[in-house]
Amino acid sequence: MQEKLYNAIVEMKEDEALALAREELEGSRDPLELVDLFRKAVEEVGDRYEKGEYFLPELMMTGQIMEQLAELTKEKLKDEYGDSGKTRGKVLIGTVKDDIHDIGKNIVKFMLDANGFEVKDLGVDVPADKFVEEAKVFEPQVIGLSALLTLAFDPMKDTVEALEKAGLRDKIKIMVGGAPVDDQVCEYTGADDWGKDAVEAVSLAKKWVGGA
Amino acid sequence: MLTENWSSLTPKEKLETRFDIWMNPEGIEFTPEAEKAFKERTQIIKDAVQLKKPSRIPICPMMGFYPIYYGGVTAQDAMYDYDKLGQALKKYHQDFQPDCMASSFLYGPGKIFEVLDYKLYKWPGHGTSINTPYQCWEDEYMKADEYDLLINDPSNYWMRVYLPRIFGTLEPWKNMAPFTDLVELPFVGASLIPIGIPDVQEAFKKYLEAGQLAMEWIQAIGAIDGEALSTVGTPLILGGFSKAPFDTLGDTLRGTQPLMLDLFRRPEKVKEAMETLIPLHIEMGVRTATANKCPFVFMPLHKGADGFMSNKQYAEFYWPQLKAVILGLIEEGLVPLVFAEGGYNQRLEFLADPDIPEGKTLWFFDTTDMEKVKETLYGKSCFAGNVPVSLFKAGTPEQIDDYVKNLIEKVGQNGGFILSNGAVLDDAHAENLKAMFEAGKKYSP
Repeated sequence: MQEKLYNAIVEMKEDEALALAREELEGSRDPLELVDLFRKAVEEVGDRYEKGEYFLPELMMTGQIMEQLAELTKEKLKDEYGDSGKTRGKVLIGTVKDDIHDIGKNIVKFMLDANGFEVKDLGVDVPADKFVEEAKVFEPQVIGLSALLTLAFDPMKDTVEALEKAGLRDKIKIMVGGAPVDDQVCEYTGADDWGKDAVEAVSLAKKWVGGA
Repeated sequence: MLTENWSSLTPKEKLETRFDIWMNPEGIEFTPEAEKAFKERTQIIKDAVQLKKPSRIPICPMMGFYPIYYGGVTAQDAMYDYDKLGQALKKYHQDFQPDCMASSFLYGPGKIFEVLDYKLYKWPGHGTSINTPYQCWEDEYMKADEYDLLINDPSNYWMRVYLPRIFGTLEPWKNMAPFTDLVELPFVGASLIPIGIPDVQEAFKKYLEAGQLAMEWIQAIGAIDGEALSTVGTPLILGGFSKAPFDTLGDTLRGTQPLMLDLFRRPEKVKEAMETLIPLHIEMGVRTATANKCPFVFMPLHKGADGFMSNKQYAEFYWPQLKAVILGLIEEGLVPLVFAEGGYNQRLEFLADPDIPEGKTLWFFDTTDMEKVKETLYGKSCFAGNVPVSLFKAGTPEQIDDYVKNLIEKVGQNGGFILSNGAVLDDAHAENLKAMFEAGKKYSP
């Protein structure tokens, strides 16, 4: 049964995955075991993405399936274990000022989330000050800056500088990403590293918080 | 219809006629230098497209808002103040002498978007800062259960469902009756009743106002483009406009994520909807290119790039429908100018499709490996690209020079090649752009 559920998730069989999960929850299954299974399934989807077998549609579909599965398990999880969520680390993420594109950023958010990070998403068109302000309160180990426009290279740079000025730079690793981002852009912005997709973002975050 | 015997011409004859009209525009009072430059530019572009070796490599940058900033005006000015738009574009064309025009058409009339309360985009002063270009604001404007409405009657769907959602002002149009109700005398009166509703009347008044603004706009931008043509001799290459059917579903109607989920949840509906869009997209390309007397139809590609889907999905949901539009345009004597934004490394084999005749398409590439492009497309299609936008902003003139030198050495020696930037250019250092033009001329074989 568990293997069937795992396969249904990994093979994008949405209805089957949801039906099987409901059955499991109605039985005496420990919800933590299920959460663990979900995490493994997402890892497998990530592996297939890295191998070039899966692409954006599968990541988005997995995101949808996981959202619904999380909703299903939430109640039972809370009843049996309370709110004690232990996370791998904290990531603050957003699309920088003057850019309102969010498809890539949303995928990165979901993948980090599925890999056990606590992610705070500031949305799009986020000014440098806002990143600083939120970083002080949320205390992330990693900040992810996203952009699609070439015009957003400067706002990325400004954000890195603002974090520096606020004295937060030493404590936080910064990654940048988005279609036009490459080594050149990464260096220009002063970020620590960049990734070409959501899987690379997860690898960087894992590397930096020591969870690789 | 460009000639009286148009319908009896073969695709090849139609293409030659369109090139001829493009290269010999009527009623333009060229300066002598501009005329000479224009003749050279149109000839080298035509030669490159037809896979010959032109007298020099054409340099045709893909411009976004760069000319606006270079001209010292804001993105908002470009969309609202046609005098400032004209000044900026004039300066860009005169200073850089590009081989193709940065058409004023691209920047759009901000006032019209305001009157209509346009939701599909945010633009300077309306959701983005006055110095930031317009950007698409995707949403699920078409709902998952509306595929059949679209498939059965796309114009009706657009008018009564889609437009009321993307133009706040036209929201009352959802009350209108379909035009196809008008089949006999007794139905005419009934069909007009919704038009009398005060909200609908108000919506139509705004629509008429937008139409007036469109006339002001086209007169202003027609003069701007006309001046670039007559005084600098830069030909228009973004003449017609069309899209890949998958992108219309993804960009315009469903939004990226809902569409990607549809590939699993309702794949047959997605395909049916694209079949509906194919003839509409061919007709749009033919009509717009014909109106602008240009042989090229610009097709910016978005959601079929590397990473967006597997080759298997591309072969099922993207390529067959795009290919149908491309072939439909070629049949009408047009050259699809297809702009593959992002990476297209995984897709190159598709583009080399044996059904697509040689020398009838022009592919612009962004981050795709140009050596692979040459391996796959050489002798089949002209290709253009791909100086990275990151270099224009974060690099030096020397780096640009190196990049262009290497690019031309590797892929530009035997014709069928046009030099361009990769992604659309907004932010750049002028000396870096100048370096691309200089290097292009210096290293052209």
